[in-house]
Amino acid sequence: MEITLSVNGQERTSDVEPRRLLVHHLRDDLGLTGTNIGCDTSSCGACTVLVDGESVKSCTVLAVQVDGREITTIEGLAAAATGDGAAGEMHPVQQAFHTQHGLQCGFCTPGMVMAAVSLLQENPHPSEQDVRLGLEGNLCRCTGYHNIVRAVLTAAGEEVSA
Amino acid sequence: MTATETSPAGASAGAFGQRLLRKEDARLLTGEGRFVDDLQIPGALWMAMVRSPFAHARIRSIDTGAAAAMPGVRAVLTGADLAGAWAAPMPCAWPVTDDMKAPDHFPVAQGKACYVGDIVAVVVAESRYQAADAVDAVVVDYDPLDPVVDLEDAAGDRVVIHDGLGTNRSYTWTLSPDPEAVDRAFADATHTVSERYVQQRLIPVAMEPRGVVAIPAPHGGELTVYSATQIPHILKVMIAATCAVPEHKVRVIAPAVGGGFGSKLDVYAEELIAVAVARRLGVPTRWTEGRSENAVATIQGRGQIQHMELAADAEGKVTAVRANLTADMGAYLQLATPGIPLLGAFLYHGVYDVPAYHFECTGVFTNLTPTDAYRGAGRPEATYALERAMDALARAVGVDGAEIRRRNYIAPDKFPYESIAGLTYDSGNYEPTLDRALELVGYDDLRAEQRRRREAGETRHLGIGLATYVEMCGLAPSRVLASLNYGAGGWEAATVRVLPTGTVQVVSGTSPHGQGHETTWAQIVADRLGIDPDAIEVLHSDTAISPIGLDTYGSRSLPVGGVAVAMATDEVIAKARTIAAHQLECAEDDLELVDGELRVRGTPAKAMTLQAVAMEAFTAHNLPDGVDPNLTAQVTYDPPNFVFPFGTHVAVVEVDEDTGRVELLDYAAVDDCGPQVNPMIVEGQLHGGIVQGAAQALWEEAVYDDDGNLRNPSLIDYCVPSAAEVPNIKLDHTVTPSPTNALGVKGIGEAGTIGSAPTVINAIVDALSPLGITDIAMPATPERVWAAIRDARSTQSGTGEGAS
Repeated sequence: MEITLSVNGQERTSDVEPRRLLVHHLRDDLGLTGTNIGCDTSSCGACTVLVDGESVKSCTVLAVQVDGREITTIEGLAAAATGDGAAGEMHPVQQAFHTQHGLQCGFCTPGMVMAAVSLLQENPHPSEQDVRLGLEGNLCRCTGYHNIVRAVLTAAGEEVSA
Repeated sequence: MTATETSPAGASAGAFGQRLLRKEDARLLTGEGRFVDDLQIPGALWMAMVRSPFAHARIRSIDTGAAAAMPGVRAVLTGADLAGAWAAPMPCAWPVTDDMKAPDHFPVAQGKACYVGDIVAVVVAESRYQAADAVDAVVVDYDPLDPVVDLEDAAGDRVVIHDGLGTNRSYTWTLSPDPEAVDRAFADATHTVSERYVQQRLIPVAMEPRGVVAIPAPHGGELTVYSATQIPHILKVMIAATCAVPEHKVRVIAPAVGGGFGSKLDVYAEELIAVAVARRLGVPTRWTEGRSENAVATIQGRGQIQHMELAADAEGKVTAVRANLTADMGAYLQLATPGIPLLGAFLYHGVYDVPAYHFECTGVFTNLTPTDAYRGAGRPEATYALERAMDALARAVGVDGAEIRRRNYIAPDKFPYESIAGLTYDSGNYEPTLDRALELVGYDDLRAEQRRRREAGETRHLGIGLATYVEMCGLAPSRVLASLNYGAGGWEAATVRVLPTGTVQVVSGTSPHGQGHETTWAQIVADRLGIDPDAIEVLHSDTAISPIGLDTYGSRSLPVGGVAVAMATDEVIAKARTIAAHQLECAEDDLELVDGELRVRGTPAKAMTLQAVAMEAFTAHNLPDGVDPNLTAQVTYDPPNFVFPFGTHVAVVEVDEDTGRVELLDYAAVDDCGPQVNPMIVEGQLHGGIVQGAAQALWEEAVYDDDGNLRNPSLIDYCVPSAAEVPNIKLDHTVTPSPTNALGVKGIGEAGTIGSAPTVINAIVDALSPLGITDIAMPATPERVWAAIRDARSTQSGTGEGAS
């Protein structure tokens, strides 16, 4: 089937099998490998992207289901925030993950960042508990979440305790 | 030593010790980082594995015809088809005893499948979807055999798994310096404790599943392998040994690797199959593991039954420890399987000054996924048994858990401490970590609140648990490894090279996968050279770029690899001094290195920057006689001893009597890994490690049915905690340098996990102790806790714990 997606602001038209997962389409067909695959049951959130601005686990969506929609992946996040794609720019959530040491191996990170962006769009001033519950669908094995929570609160401009 | 002391041995106050933000972050935060599955390899074929659905079965026949005829399928290969590809069985590098029994283990099963997930055939196709489709079309005729699932049943040899071995018992390893002294101590004891603990099997769940790409060069003979591995260097040697590829033609690259926790410290069937298929077909061949596949195909951790006994005098001073283990090897011995429980063998008396000691471990085969290293590897198990038993002893003696520990700690003036188990603990001062950890949670107030709730008859019980640990890490002194029959050394290599324009490359034999070596190694070098860490690049994890190394595991990277980096830097400085002295016509001793400049003392105008020295080395126009034209040094460092980090953790839990739910309210950890190169990274390691250990205590277990089927292979059923389940963690530290290395440093990668499981379970038992409950098995699920409370209520008395 032919589908056309707007991916990180660019129109991308492809011929895909109806059963093709969005995450495989992004990674294998469009070369956007920043979005990762960490499980096969929509449990881990490593594949989280934004579809029309809302976080979606792209391993649970068929590419044909998002025909005509706007997709934002980790590669397009900085551009989405700054309006251009200047090299080296980072979105405030990416920047906060950096300054708060919210990543170690980095595999869950793109999905975690996208989930955090979506969370902050829905709730710009979350409490610590809001962040913990809001990120429940994204698993990380390295950080114990401590610094991820701090990063999201920092990005929101909230006070973070030690 | 106190929390305020910070003076890394041999380093000035520069980049060492700073909370430098990580160099690794930008690429990982933007999607630029490349994990194995991200690699775009033109023309690569995809493999999918046909795995046994039976835990124990003879393979009568395999019909590959239908699968081979499917679209895109290029080959379907069985164990028989690939038998000629192997020069040797898969490696077990640790034959722990001379008479250890080990079955031949080939990447694709031949004749018999020995666990659910054992590979019986390989499909090779043009796309990953086509390969997956064709797996279902391979028809395997199995003759199911009686599976051996229960560990104690396996040890009894009711059914022998590997016909040629005659038994399921692989080995028995004993450490018993004076058995009579142990018997005497138990005979003379006022208090004894006898406990049985189960270390459930755990699925490591690195967030990146495994993956491999093998790229052959059929005409040139080279072979490049990308793998999601912790051990590119070891894998290179093992590919050469098992696949009969000349080692000098093999290049192994670990690109970005998404966590390991020991599960990628192995040589896996799929890696060797990729090599064999790529060479057979002459095209790049790749495989990426699925998550549910990972649950059975990647090694699991723990899997032990522990019998733990303590003897103590009237005051609760421990006089002997006796630990007997049965350890689950799974169906085969992977790279380090038999040795894993023995990494804890020396630590069943831990931080306590104990005069008599007996340890024995029997390794047993079962029809389950092989076990191997999982974060802490043997040391969490030892710490768990000991710290649980110390709480049992405290109850027997009638004192607080903190008090029983104070009475038994090795005194600070006894270091270096010659342990009864034969180790020399490098340095330690345990009681300050206990004091500070209790302070962080407000221990006295918590005990008061606990009393209040108990007296009020509240059904939400408060529990406070603690554990003090010491671990041996920094694997490892090669001669000690030889005495343990380990098949390799424990050294690490580093090269430091100042480039002609003055920037620096560091080549390390460690292989980070989240630990941040690119940042911390740069800090070590920057600190010594007096230059900006941004002028330093750390290269690693590619055997063509970093040909010498032993990789990352066992909290070894800093105390072995990082120390090698420091030593190589010092050699570079010495060489720079020689060259600069020649140029400046002064004595070498007159030169001091300040801010990246070699200056003549007292004549600061007479100076050469490191960059100028490097350019002199490069042009070689005017070097002293006998000096090579480069500003490079390579060091291979073999540590003289392990290092022994330690700490005390405290957990506060609330247990709801009506539902059995345990909530982790607070957690504090005070750890000591000596001087910290980057406290931010140390804290990150602790946060993650603590949650991983707490997850063993509360949520995680690989659950098998009687037929050997894994009941919870997906992340829906295998409960890796999310942010919603865990609290913020309070950390502090003390600084007790190790006297055995140039930086004074100790490893910290596993410490959090080692400390946290017993801490959390001790807290739950503490909460429920008024009901007479003395044991809750891991994981302490609501069902299990609720049942324990129900049983305790119905008997109206304690279950007893063997304490007298």
